[in-house]
Amino acid sequence: MNRIDEKFRQLAAENRKALISFLTVGDPDYETSLQIMQAAAENGVDILELGVPFSDPTADGPVIQVASQRALRAGMRFSKAIQLVADLRKTTQTPIVLFSYYNPIFKYGLERTAREAAAAGADGFLIVDLPPEESGPFAQALDGTGIHIIRLAAPTTREERIRKLSDGAGGFLYLITRMGVTGTGGLDFDAVKKRAAAVKRLCPLPVCLGFGISSGEDAAALSDCADGVIVGSALVRIVAEGGDVVSRVAAKIRELRAGLDRR
Amino acid sequence: MTSEKYIGRYPDSTGHFGKYGGRYVGETLIAALEDVEAAYAGAKADSAFEAEFRAMLRDYAGRPTPLDFAGRLTEAVGGARIWLKREDCAHTGAHKINNVVGQGLLARRMGKTRVIAETGAGQHGVATATIAARFGMSCKVFMGARDVERQAPNVHRMRLLGAEVVPVTSGTSTLKDAMNEALRYWVNTATDTFYIIGTVSGPHPYPMMVRDFQRVIGDEARAQVLERIGKLPDELVACVGGGSNAMGLFYPFLDDPVEMLGAEAAGRGIETGEHAASITGGSPGELHGAMTYLLQDAEGQIQEAWSISAGLDYPGVGPEHALLNDLGRVRYCGVTDQEAVDAFQMLCRYEGIIPALESSHALAAGIREAKRLGKGSDVLVCISGRGDKDLGNIENYLASKRKEGE
Repeated sequence: MNRIDEKFRQLAAENRKALISFLTVGDPDYETSLQIMQAAAENGVDILELGVPFSDPTADGPVIQVASQRALRAGMRFSKAIQLVADLRKTTQTPIVLFSYYNPIFKYGLERTAREAAAAGADGFLIVDLPPEESGPFAQALDGTGIHIIRLAAPTTREERIRKLSDGAGGFLYLITRMGVTGTGGLDFDAVKKRAAAVKRLCPLPVCLGFGISSGEDAAALSDCADGVIVGSALVRIVAEGGDVVSRVAAKIRELRAGLDRR
Repeated sequence: MTSEKYIGRYPDSTGHFGKYGGRYVGETLIAALEDVEAAYAGAKADSAFEAEFRAMLRDYAGRPTPLDFAGRLTEAVGGARIWLKREDCAHTGAHKINNVVGQGLLARRMGKTRVIAETGAGQHGVATATIAARFGMSCKVFMGARDVERQAPNVHRMRLLGAEVVPVTSGTSTLKDAMNEALRYWVNTATDTFYIIGTVSGPHPYPMMVRDFQRVIGDEARAQVLERIGKLPDELVACVGGGSNAMGLFYPFLDDPVEMLGAEAAGRGIETGEHAASITGGSPGELHGAMTYLLQDAEGQIQEAWSISAGLDYPGVGPEHALLNDLGRVRYCGVTDQEAVDAFQMLCRYEGIIPALESSHALAAGIREAKRLGKGSDVLVCISGRGDKDLGNIENYLASKRKEGE
């Protein structure tokens, strides 16, 4: 069974919500990045999202843009991201999602990507710029690997499209809480809760919330209305600040975990 | 495809040109693009929209632009007759105005009060600022910080026209980054803002829509050349960065027995890696919402383009050009900085026309083709814009060459 599905089953049984971390893979370098991911898994993350850096991250705000450049400069590429997944699997069974733009995957080869990601132990792909209309070839390549395609839904996504997004997707639905790119602004919690409830009625998959969630308080406020939360820029910012990033990310994860479990 | 007509066949209903094109964007932009697509379909079916577009092209943009026989240049080259489609005579000094009139009218039809654009050399930015002033819309133009420096005159023009120029410092601070930033901004503001993309790139419906607005170049040229010489030209030549003037010129001729050549910027030479020739020197991939040919490394990271011409300095190309290349219907070739500057100087001296550096790439390729085809043949070259904006760059280039020669 796919580790993501198993994780949500287990969380449901324990009446807990999923904490999902997004970290740019290879930021600030391969070895530190591996240690950060391991620490995240050990300190309460349920699902690891590994952001594959891309030269032109059109959906990302400044924090993740700069992280992508740091990682690329340190030599991170798609092939090495897969290698890092394999290295992570030596120490953890935490579900892993590769979060990427389409071009690095397309260029690497769809079949080759599917084969190598499965062998490394990845559980899902979330491809920011690959809507259902364009995802046929990659879905076909993933067929039989047990790896899910995970989709995003936006605040502007219309109801009939939520159903379309769920078709052929797996794992969970990543519900974007507000307009804009990653990492900006505060949230209108009431509006987010209303939206999450509406989407949950339409979507058979677990629904997790991302964008603008950065503290234990945020996690606590939203834990009731969805199946999980995704925290990205708040963690990436810690890596950007430098210093003892592994222990500081771990501390942030514990704060988020406590907030999410508080309800 | 010998018996089947090309015109009207692409894109398919999902915005694909064969395996190219499409709509590779995040969910945050899907609704905005669906709105543009629906509004454009409505406008296309509305004869009043078409009539207003035609009237504005005539009265505001100054169309039709001339078809000009370059007699002294032809004589100097000693081959086929060289004809020039003079887009440099259009308002704002380039073909970019055709597209912004169309998209500006569409923005107004959709009730949008603000427009945004990306720009490299600044020609599309100036054209967008122009139409925004004409329609009383607010205008924001994203421009790579490096280009803001390189193209100062156009920055002043945009500001005079009331536009806000936003220098983009992310990535490589050039055109592709300006487009990244415009897309990021649009995600936030699509409810009241229309994104006027400047070339036949981007997600569906932009490549189709921009082509449709630019085909006036080819429609006019076809009628003009038939009237002047009673036959079609043997070959068409246009420069290709994103490729909107080329697409506009080529499209109405695609079912005719006419050869076509797209001139890409070979910069310092394809073999040096410092170029902007996405088809000649790149490989298929996806950027800015479309599958097409790109400059990229072995793992799909986009590489920086290089060209003396800021308007060709883009690591991708419109998806329909990718298809036309694969079909073998249009040939694409590289033209180096040096070849473009040589052609630039020839047109200045033989015809009294100062072409844009972009257009000089087309001219260099056109001169080559005129020699190849020989006397009795006709080559039609698109002079997509005027070169006033390039005088500083040309002077610097020639000065550095003189230094090398010393």
